[in-house]
Amino acid sequence: MRIARLLAVCWWFQLKQMTKAGLFVFTSIIEPLIFATLAYYLFKAGHRPGTLLYAALSAGLMGIWTSTLFGSGGAINFQRWQGVLEPLVASPPPYALILFPQTLAAASIGLYSLASTLLWGRVIFGIPLHFAHPVAFAISIVVTIVSLGVLGLVMGASFILYREANALSNMLEFPVWIVTGVIVPLSLLPGWIHPLSWILAPTWGYRAIHNAALGGNPWPGIGIALGLAAVYFFIGQAVVGAFERRARERATLSLV
Amino acid sequence: MRQTLRIFFLGGYFSYRALFNWQSPRFYVPTMLGGPAFQVLFFAYLGRFSHVRDDAFYVVGNAVQVSGMSGVFGVAITVGGERWTQTLAPLLATPANRMALFLGRALPHIVNGFIVSAFGFAIGRLLLDFHPAPGTIPELALVVLLSTTTCTAFGLVVGALGLRWRDVFTIANPAYFLMLLFCGVNIPLSALPKWMQVVGSGMPLTHGIAAARRVAHGASLSSVDGLLGKEALIGLCYFAVGYILLRVFEAEGRRRATLELV
Repeated sequence: MRIARLLAVCWWFQLKQMTKAGLFVFTSIIEPLIFATLAYYLFKAGHRPGTLLYAALSAGLMGIWTSTLFGSGGAINFQRWQGVLEPLVASPPPYALILFPQTLAAASIGLYSLASTLLWGRVIFGIPLHFAHPVAFAISIVVTIVSLGVLGLVMGASFILYREANALSNMLEFPVWIVTGVIVPLSLLPGWIHPLSWILAPTWGYRAIHNAALGGNPWPGIGIALGLAAVYFFIGQAVVGAFERRARERATLSLV
Repeated sequence: MRQTLRIFFLGGYFSYRALFNWQSPRFYVPTMLGGPAFQVLFFAYLGRFSHVRDDAFYVVGNAVQVSGMSGVFGVAITVGGERWTQTLAPLLATPANRMALFLGRALPHIVNGFIVSAFGFAIGRLLLDFHPAPGTIPELALVVLLSTTTCTAFGLVVGALGLRWRDVFTIANPAYFLMLLFCGVNIPLSALPKWMQVVGSGMPLTHGIAAARRVAHGASLSSVDGLLGKEALIGLCYFAVGYILLRVFEAEGRRRATLELV
């Protein structure tokens, strides 16, 4: 019960804090709208009108990754800058249980992206919003956000030791969009990339969302994304513990 | 005159050195080389999926546009970032020539933007179906240098606005990403609505990218002189607007005592 309360309070606090930050308003709303517009005109120019809902949906999903990336990658650095990283690490709960709700909040912020690109597509471009499996669509979004939150835990943890975390965040936005097939089908990518896609939970989450919205079976994607999220959680916990110990030993925890 | 040149070159050099993060390969490589390289790849694959144009279209468009990583973000941070580092007030208290002071800060970012852009082209050449004739490369380099300069002029406007609105990234981020949409980087201008074409024709890079695409396909520099002239003129306008805004915001900051607010 205490753990559930800790997770809920940290998640809610982080969510409110991020909603007020200009950077997250940009990454979760404005940037996805720019990409949605770009994808819309690109697919229209390529005479692929059937893909317009796909474009709006994909731009929203891209926004979820961007929010997760900058929120999770920057979580520890933000705490460093605010001078609260050391007290948080020194507090009784395991640090992983403090970091996880923060990365989950970053992924949750991505819901703004999805909502805004779908609304933008409907209002500005008149794209009909007909989802093939509405219930599965909602479930697949929740599962994808949880799996991204857990992936954020692994990512955020590895950034404990890497102080230029924001540089890595700057770099990782496009490659994960490519590798997870969020907008470009994996079949167009070289074969050697496929195994890398398979071990990324967002690949399966995005696939489930696309199938639930556009037609197809979303359940295998949902199941695999959940399974991978569980694996990530165990890895994330271990990595946080190991890196935290190492940062304490080297006295680099609060170095900015 | 000698002092003005000293402020222009040395001031610019030291302000670039003061971007301490950028001196570290651990920051520079992922941000300035890795990110742009993946941008080129992403849009090339998106282009293949959308069947709009070939790889060369996306490689040239994005390789030129990624110069904005330095031209927009770099200048914005250099100029707008003076406020964070609390050096803005002392800087503006000096009697230094403002033209040399601010334009000097833009100079290193033109060079850096060119390097970033060249890396984007190299990635396109190595990993995608982009094979310009070797003879076109010097002319292509000239077009890219001009485009990087106009992009940096645009960055000066963004940096000036950053002086006024405090958080420079609130302006730099949309500025960078809107270029992807309006400047014909990934969508042919003809495929955009009329009003977007009009906006795009007044943005930096639009004409430079169009010229670079033709040159990469073997056209001579003289055959694209109209496009290059427009790009240069737009760049000059942005430099002028950037400089005027900087002077206006400086005067306003002094009057309202807001130079040191962060």
